[in-house]
Amino acid sequence: MKVDLTIDPAFVAGFLVDFLKREAGKFGFSKGVIGLSGGLDSSVSAYLAARAYGPENVLGILMPYKTSSPGSITDAEEVVQQTGIKNCQLEITPMVDAYLEKTPEADRVRRGNVMARCRMILLFDQSQKEKALVIGTSNKSEALLGYSTWFGDMASSINPLGDLYKTQERQLASYLGVPEKILKKIPSADLWAGQTVEGELGFTYEQADQILYLLVDERWRAEEIIEAGFPAETVKRIEKIVAASQYKRALPVIAKLSRRTVGIDFQLSRDWGR
Amino acid sequence: MADKIKIALAQIAPKLGDVQSNLELHLETINKARSQGADLVVFPELSLTGYLLKDMVPEAALRTNSPEIEKILKASEKIAVIFGLAEEDPSYVYYNSACFADGGKIVHMHRKVFLPTYGMFDEGRFFGQGTSLSAFNTRFGRFGLLICEEAWHSFCPYLLMLDGAILVANIANGTARGLEEKNRMGSSAVWEKMNRFYSDLHGFYWIFANRVGFEDGVGFWGGSEIIDPSGKPELKLPYFEEDLKTAEISLGKVRRARLKTPLLRDEKLDFAINELLRIRSGNHSAPPPKTAKKKTAPKRRRVKK
Repeated sequence: MKVDLTIDPAFVAGFLVDFLKREAGKFGFSKGVIGLSGGLDSSVSAYLAARAYGPENVLGILMPYKTSSPGSITDAEEVVQQTGIKNCQLEITPMVDAYLEKTPEADRVRRGNVMARCRMILLFDQSQKEKALVIGTSNKSEALLGYSTWFGDMASSINPLGDLYKTQERQLASYLGVPEKILKKIPSADLWAGQTVEGELGFTYEQADQILYLLVDERWRAEEIIEAGFPAETVKRIEKIVAASQYKRALPVIAKLSRRTVGIDFQLSRDWGR
Repeated sequence: MADKIKIALAQIAPKLGDVQSNLELHLETINKARSQGADLVVFPELSLTGYLLKDMVPEAALRTNSPEIEKILKASEKIAVIFGLAEEDPSYVYYNSACFADGGKIVHMHRKVFLPTYGMFDEGRFFGQGTSLSAFNTRFGRFGLLICEEAWHSFCPYLLMLDGAILVANIANGTARGLEEKNRMGSSAVWEKMNRFYSDLHGFYWIFANRVGFEDGVGFWGGSEIIDPSGKPELKLPYFEEDLKTAEISLGKVRRARLKTPLLRDEKLDFAINELLRIRSGNHSAPPPKTAKKKTAPKRRRVKK
């Protein structure tokens, strides 16, 4: 069985551009900053933001660490060139190393998280300077699999990609004109040399997206998905990963003491009054 | 009663919870509709308040005698207006209501009976349930009002047809979702199918007023339309953009549709009521045909002997 995740990319792009304009406009914003990694996610966000706010109102920030692949930087630079957005480069090596030197025992996951969170600090500081919003770059596949750093690359003010699976995002990217080289790149968080998402997770995004779509969007039971021909081991693993990463998709848990508690029964829309 | 009616669809993006600003938008839009020569202007669901009110329903709610409603009623002296509001009743119950105002007065107020409370919707948590649905007389002819989700309960349009409505307005906050279609949202496709189906099947005009804009990431798809009694669109507004457009409809089409297919004439009210009563009593098994029963029963006895 193959799940059809085809989208109408022109239609979706129009919708997301409208979303970026209207949701930012309500709060008086018409500019964005994006951390550019040279990967697919941040490239798609940059193309969308350039359409929504005009390239002169979008700042792409390259934030390499000394171990970042040099290819990432040239790819990010190509996105800057193609979209015409403003850009700057802020190397995170000094700030990351200032801390990591004091904890030499930190493994690569800890180191990767520190890098992702340092980038978050720079992005939010730059957004304040620019009077701009931090545009998110996390897609639905990542969010459901929890494949991201909490308060690191997940942090943003407005995210056009959060409800698109990677497979769908690729179609959008192709429509927007994201360079072929980036489209064909093997997904990587580039937190250590040779890291790939699919290597770490043990399945491809194509596989994961089909299973996630059936589990989450269509609410199939795991057994039904396996019966339809998907590998049992992958289905069960994905189901587990989704459940185990739920905390990453929630705000910090609060102990309820009063009769009206933030996050529990103090229910207001973010857009109230706008 | 005139055969021709000019109807304006006001596809707006209200500001969530900012009733004063939305009221201004209503008054401006009503004026524009008048200048387009409209006899009636139709706003979307909760047009005075926006949709995701949550805990702020009581802050945004209005009583029917509030100065805000008075202003709309005043504006309705020259043009009929359908609009949506969060309504506070004197015992502090809050409703998601649709108001038909004309000649400076409230002609009819409908309180939403079916409050979607599933998936992305949580209306039942914040609003009280309406308890009645009826058509009502207007200077344009007998009219029915539905609010969004109510169209998904096929009983509602059916009931309005039985109650004599020849014009039905569904005011909606239709949310954009589903990526399986080309050039439109999956949710738009279902609505557009329903709008055409109901008007065609029931032989009435179906006026669908939907909003646009975003609230907390949720988009509203617009695409408001007027569908004639044979299921054909007479007016279509764009997806996702604010707009105001007017079309002239002809009630002669209702007459002709009902002559061609006299479904209303052939409805069997008692039959429907009896079957509903049976289902309510918990008896879901239809009685077997009498002839078949008589034939099989004696046979069995004979076998036993």
